[in-house]
Amino acid sequence: MADGAAPILDVQGLNTVFHTRGGEVHAVNDVSFSLKPGELLGVVGESGSGKSVTMMSLIGLLPTPPAEVRNGRVMFAGQDLLTTDAETLRNIRGGDIGFIFQDPMTSLNPVFTVGMQIMEPLRKHMGLRKRAAKARAAELLDLVGIPDAMARLDDYPHQFSGGMRQRVMIAIALACDPKVLIADEPTTALDVTIQAQILELMKELRTKLGMAVIWITHDLGVIAGIADRVIVMYGGQIVEHAPVRDLFSNPQHPYTEALLTTIPTVTGARSKRLTVIEGQPPILGAPPEACPFRERCKYRFEICDRMVPARYPISDGHDAACFRADTALRKDKSYA
Amino acid sequence: MRDTMDAPQPLVQVRDLKMHFPIYAGLLRRRVGEVKAVDGVSFDVMEGETLGLVGESGCGKSTCGRSVLRLYDITAGSILMDGDEIGALSQGQLRTRRPTMQMVFQDPQASLNPRMPVSAIIQEPLDEHTKLSKAEKREKVLELMDAVGLNRRFANRFPHAFSGGQRQRIGIARALALNPKFIVCDEPIAALDVSIQAQVVNLLEDLQEKFGLTYLFISHDLSMVRHIATRVAVMYLGRIVELAPREALYADPLHPYTKALLSAVPEPDPELAAKERVILTGDVPSPANPPKGCNFCTRCPAVMPVCHETDPETREVSPGRFVACHLFADEYTAAGHAPAVSQSAGQGATSSPQETLNQQGETP
Repeated sequence: MADGAAPILDVQGLNTVFHTRGGEVHAVNDVSFSLKPGELLGVVGESGSGKSVTMMSLIGLLPTPPAEVRNGRVMFAGQDLLTTDAETLRNIRGGDIGFIFQDPMTSLNPVFTVGMQIMEPLRKHMGLRKRAAKARAAELLDLVGIPDAMARLDDYPHQFSGGMRQRVMIAIALACDPKVLIADEPTTALDVTIQAQILELMKELRTKLGMAVIWITHDLGVIAGIADRVIVMYGGQIVEHAPVRDLFSNPQHPYTEALLTTIPTVTGARSKRLTVIEGQPPILGAPPEACPFRERCKYRFEICDRMVPARYPISDGHDAACFRADTALRKDKSYA
Repeated sequence: MRDTMDAPQPLVQVRDLKMHFPIYAGLLRRRVGEVKAVDGVSFDVMEGETLGLVGESGCGKSTCGRSVLRLYDITAGSILMDGDEIGALSQGQLRTRRPTMQMVFQDPQASLNPRMPVSAIIQEPLDEHTKLSKAEKREKVLELMDAVGLNRRFANRFPHAFSGGQRQRIGIARALALNPKFIVCDEPIAALDVSIQAQVVNLLEDLQEKFGLTYLFISHDLSMVRHIATRVAVMYLGRIVELAPREALYADPLHPYTKALLSAVPEPDPELAAKERVILTGDVPSPANPPKGCNFCTRCPAVMPVCHETDPETREVSPGRFVACHLFADEYTAAGHAPAVSQSAGQGATSSPQETLNQQGETP
């Protein structure tokens, strides 16, 4: 599906299952996507749609058990991250692949100074001596817009505000010049005015450092402002994948379409009544045998209850997992 | 400040409401200061309207909502509920008033007792405040469940068996049990997924129409407030900086903070995303140590020398529009300081967050 430059990260047929007391939960089902160098890929979905679990499973961050990555292939720098040994994976994490988590409060260690936490990856992955690591750490803090960087290295996380802590998290993720940065809802815990600051910073850093970014969020507004390409997830599957402009101007999956009409805006026309997606997201107790969105879909055909739709191409770089997008089916009308 | 609209009568009138929380420190737990969570707030809520109360976390909007219902013993101010002063009533006297004023809480997980079945949760206000028979109560509970779109068959289930959106419906049913006039909705949709938020907002609107409810709708979600509110009040650091009818506020925000706040909301449209944004520097100062002068002076892109000196008064700049900003004070607009970005804006924009914090730290 990807074209142009060779992808830096290529995920094929990823499946992740959680073993719980209530049985298996199929959190990620046959997810495939690729990431091109230097691009920003947005991943949108509601809570429980599998967006975070997908990203955590591909770099082995999920505790196993209860999690189990059933099958799939994650190609990065010529090797499959799912079969590689723990040592290599550890070197890649925090080195070539950086990670920013949602909550800057819980992902920083409160008993170590910020400086020590930024220096840790520098010393572990890049083998820098203490003095060099410290100089580089100060450089990084400066890069993410924290004034008086050298002095603030000795401060503890509680001495920083929420927005500042997220900047520190970004500095840590950027420490080893990652080729890929995975940001999991990095602005969700922040207020809008602080979120605007962090979004500006990320846009600036991307052009400066030229890394590829996977940006996970539930906020379509954030995605519209920052992403090049977007993946929409629902029920552990990718339901639509499109360049950002196409997704917003020409959504093809009924879920994307509904999502875009549900959210009110601060500008533009104000609807008298909000459009509602009736029902609840599915609970994935078994591998999917039908379209995950069928219960809430306004188009629902007979075939939707029988089969999982493949991802049908719409146009260049745009596909949707909906039988309505299947041109062959549409012709013979057998689905109706 | 007094609303000039004649037709709708104010149901709730809040004047100069203050809610300060003491800070105790040291070995003897002496009182060393106070967090001025709400610091002189005045507004009216008209009968049958929805007043939106927006602001960032820590600005005091939730405290304001809770104080209006007298869930706290307020520090100062007056609250007229349907013409009666409740600001000074004791908690015991308030109990008889509670049926007319209710609250829907943010977190449906935390505000429902996990050991009580849904019917008991919804029935609890009836047990406390009415003398209905058992059968009558049961009938009322089932009616309420119908009204909020919960299946009657689930009346004996426990909260954990319900999804987030359904739990919020339980909370709403409980708030409706005593036929209240006024409901404070404290971030009722913040914990819900986008596709579920619309369901709950539509339900709140339907119930308002059906029962003639008046809402104080507290939220940080500016786009949802635009949808549901009749008028909107914007809070910053314990004060209301702007209060205006919804359309006027969103079309033409006057206060620099409102402008920045609206500009910071990401629009779900890639074409609009490239627009110039007002990006505020720094963070909200601590309400325990607010800056001297205007509360917003440390981050304001249009700050003037006077802002560091005196606190701006709230004035009605056009009918129904209230702004607390020196840009709209008569003496400045008359003296040629047009309500626009002043010269010191550049300085404000370049000052780093750290400097801003330091400045704030230096103020006595």
